[in-house]
Amino acid sequence: MKRLFPILSVVTAILLAYALYQALVIAPTDAQQGDVYRIIYYHVPSAWTAFLLFFINFIASVQYLANAKPSSRTAAKWIVLAIGIVGAIACFLPQVQQRLPAGMRPNAVATTVLAIPAFYFLIGKCFPGERLDVLAVTSAEVGVVFCTIVLVTGPIWARPVWGIWWAPGDIRLTSTLVLWLIYVSYLVLRRFSTSAQTQMLAAALAVFGALDVPLVYFSIWFFRTQHPQPVIGGGGSMDPRMLHVLLINWLAFLCFAFLVCWSRYRLELLHREVEEAHAMESLAGATARPSHPLNRSPQ
Amino acid sequence: MNSLKFLFAAYLATWVIHAIYLGTLVRRFSRLRQQLKELGKGK
Repeated sequence: MKRLFPILSVVTAILLAYALYQALVIAPTDAQQGDVYRIIYYHVPSAWTAFLLFFINFIASVQYLANAKPSSRTAAKWIVLAIGIVGAIACFLPQVQQRLPAGMRPNAVATTVLAIPAFYFLIGKCFPGERLDVLAVTSAEVGVVFCTIVLVTGPIWARPVWGIWWAPGDIRLTSTLVLWLIYVSYLVLRRFSTSAQTQMLAAALAVFGALDVPLVYFSIWFFRTQHPQPVIGGGGSMDPRMLHVLLINWLAFLCFAFLVCWSRYRLELLHREVEEAHAMESLAGATARPSHPLNRSPQ
Repeated sequence: MNSLKFLFAAYLATWVIHAIYLGTLVRRFSRLRQQLKELGKGK
């Protein structure tokens, strides 16, 4: 395991360098926007990575809350399974297909719905007990970093293309900012709350915060926005060569995010170990210390 | 040329944010290791 991290780091560094070369040199120049469109190769993969991390945080938080009682744990398993099966079948019903926005393929929606139980059981298996909470805080923090990049690169791209840094009132932009604020407040809650219920409160906040992710993602389908149409599975179209470079960059970003999450996960485990050691030391100190003379009972 | 300025600014901003975050992780790791050492559990 100790050898795996440096090997993966080297592979990721090579992949990131290759992705950068593809983005700046190999990808064709856009006829309308010129070279500035190449920001897409960092902006979109960062957004997808942030969404994936917030999704992991959501699943981990739901499981953490569900595991509080054995009965709720069993109920949650069946509910998640039912959501996956019913949701996947519903995507192929003509009534549902008619309501899907133009360009959204039913099989893509069904795959996304099936990912919910798949992730749920995989995460439950790999991260038992308190490790679910460690995973939740890890994915939220790294997700916020990637979301910050989306919020920084977006306006830098918008300025030369739209002529403005930010479109006030635009639902895609505003909902992304709200998403970022929700997860920042989640991290602030975890950092500064000293209550014994902090982990439960944070998990509940994460569950409600995750509801903003579909709003961000689907806002460009359901509302009129300044933001362009999605490049995959939506009304937008993209040159296959550009799409190829975009997917390479996303793969590189995913590998990088995985490494960062791994480090953050280890950091959180170390943090809890230190806290435990502090608590043990305090306990040992309290029992070893002689009681105050005034408190001693007269003999 | 002007658009290239924005392109490089976006790429640079991305890596600056990552570098700052990785820097905080390294700092937090070293602080916790130091605390563990002080508690007599460090190796």
